[in-house]
Amino acid sequence: MPRLNPDNIELAKEILGRYPRPKSALIPLLHLAQEQDGWVTDDAMEHLAELVGCTPAEVLGTCSFYEMFKREPVGPYLVNICHGISCHLLGADELLEHAEQSLGVKTGGTTADGKITLEEAECQAACTEAPCLQVNYRYRYKVANEAFDQLITDLRAGKLDDEIPPHGTLARRATRQHIPADRAAGPAAVDVNVEPVWLSRNADASEAKG
Amino acid sequence: MTITDAPKIVTGRLAAHDDAHTIARYEATDGYKGLRAALQRAPQSITDEVKAASLLGRGGAGFPAGVKWGFCPPGVFPRYLVVNGDESEPGTYKDRILMESDPHQLIEGILIACYAIGCSQAFLYCRGEMALAHERLGEALNEAYAAGYVGKNILGTDYSIDIVLHWGAGAYIVGEETALIESLEGNRGMPRLKPPFFPAAKGVYLQPTVVNNVETLANLPWLMQHGAEAFHALGAENSRGTRMFAVSGHVKKPGVYEVEFGVTTFRDLLYAPIYSGGIRGDRALKAFIPGGASAPLFYEEHLDLPLEAGVVGKAGSMLGSGAIVVMDETTDMVKATRNLVRFFARESCGKCTPCREGTTWLERILDRIIDGHGRPEDIDLLLDVCDNISPGLLWPPKQTTICPLGQSATPSIVGTIKRFPEEYERYVNAPFSTTVAINGAAYLSPPVAAATGGSAE
Repeated sequence: MPRLNPDNIELAKEILGRYPRPKSALIPLLHLAQEQDGWVTDDAMEHLAELVGCTPAEVLGTCSFYEMFKREPVGPYLVNICHGISCHLLGADELLEHAEQSLGVKTGGTTADGKITLEEAECQAACTEAPCLQVNYRYRYKVANEAFDQLITDLRAGKLDDEIPPHGTLARRATRQHIPADRAAGPAAVDVNVEPVWLSRNADASEAKG
Repeated sequence: MTITDAPKIVTGRLAAHDDAHTIARYEATDGYKGLRAALQRAPQSITDEVKAASLLGRGGAGFPAGVKWGFCPPGVFPRYLVVNGDESEPGTYKDRILMESDPHQLIEGILIACYAIGCSQAFLYCRGEMALAHERLGEALNEAYAAGYVGKNILGTDYSIDIVLHWGAGAYIVGEETALIESLEGNRGMPRLKPPFFPAAKGVYLQPTVVNNVETLANLPWLMQHGAEAFHALGAENSRGTRMFAVSGHVKKPGVYEVEFGVTTFRDLLYAPIYSGGIRGDRALKAFIPGGASAPLFYEEHLDLPLEAGVVGKAGSMLGSGAIVVMDETTDMVKATRNLVRFFARESCGKCTPCREGTTWLERILDRIIDGHGRPEDIDLLLDVCDNISPGLLWPPKQTTICPLGQSATPSIVGTIKRFPEEYERYVNAPFSTTVAINGAAYLSPPVAAATGGSAE
């Protein structure tokens, strides 16, 4: 089972460099591991423990707390049907039932072809668009049964792959934050008690070129 | 009706332009002018101005932002800003819009706040499930760094700060500020005990930390440009400026509306044609949630209350996170309640016993009532469990736990039992069901239990 590959180690080091303490990078790095493998493997967790300087058990402790981290393989398409209150009022239960029947799996299961994992999810903050769902955390609004079936057909045919990257990829690489070295202010060291220079400045801040 | 033409302080740009998320559009529409104005001023004067504007926090608790900033102990550095973008209260849909559609406005707000407070680093904690928001914020930050708005020597001044975009990973509790801080430190998102862990004194890495909601910070660019007086002129009582409300559920036009705070009424938002346009099919209103799943339900008689924090509080609920969920006369209130309670049961972090055990049992009891296995005494049992989580079932609720999650599960139960007792009674008095639903499939219940009318448990 894989550890982070060389490219991802580089990215991991960049992410680590933004935080005053390395363990703060743990959740972003777990996302990175999940992006690489589609789920979070034991080896990846051990590797992250080395990178952030804690025990693998602590990594597992964090990883297991958060819903989004999968510790066993899921399909490349994770379909999360919202069952928050607004979606509940507008047919989420019926949509979920339809999804279970049409996919032939229960909530939490993966289809026989291994492509689609179905889950019910807590409120996704699209309450005005109920009932809604997410595929790999990309939204689909006001989903009727027929629209759901079409979505599944399109996913299986790979028609939506430009819009919906495989499970694990939250933000595509080009859109990731990258702080250029010459622009970085740098992380604020915890144990250096220095007042920021601008704080005591008085009202005639003439150096502001604004 | 009190519909005003108050300016759209935080949604004006995104309502008018599809490309409001780009730096070009942002700069062309007064973008970063508030930051430029702020950098000409003494930091303390900005805090004073935010206090004078009485900008209340828009996350849920509604604490005045300027006062919160002032709680950082003097002489203790570094200070950090943590932006709470972990929007996940059921019914709430506003911060995501601001992050996806106008990210530079939020970035500018963060820069103004950090300048005023004297923060040395900012962490923008965005809910994990919001992939588009991650992409838009990431791109916007990259643009803003390249243009000299963020990072070292901002706009050529001595003001330097990094904004680090941090992704969450799916946990409602992380919206609680001390849990947010735990999560930001790489740990399980479990709340810390206050005191001693008030974030302003002991937050991230036990340093002074201000935690502000996305919408709160998004107000700052406008506030810097137009001044506290213009902001304070909007709204009423203690609720000043404008506020975003998401109206969802059984209305004709669900939507997110930015309205004048403290003046506009629930009736306006629910029935006015420019807002939600009334209940679907012109049915009767049965109940509505005024401020997210944690807020006690309101009914017909509350429609004319203004959206004012104090007034709504006195009436026995809260504006919370600005989430209004409307239920028409066809709603099964027991099932709606189960839905709300299940959320809290699943999202309980497990740290405190009353919440971990209480919410779980509430869900199980409601499950069996709905599945046809309820007993008449279950209704009192529900109230008893609620009382154990929040003694006295008061408003504002008493807390037996470190954070308010557990008690948030109780108002919907208490409210619906009081208001709609017949709906619960119909479930528990129904003839004993011969089938039970398990994960949606029907199973025969044990014949001996069915024959005696006893419990299957």
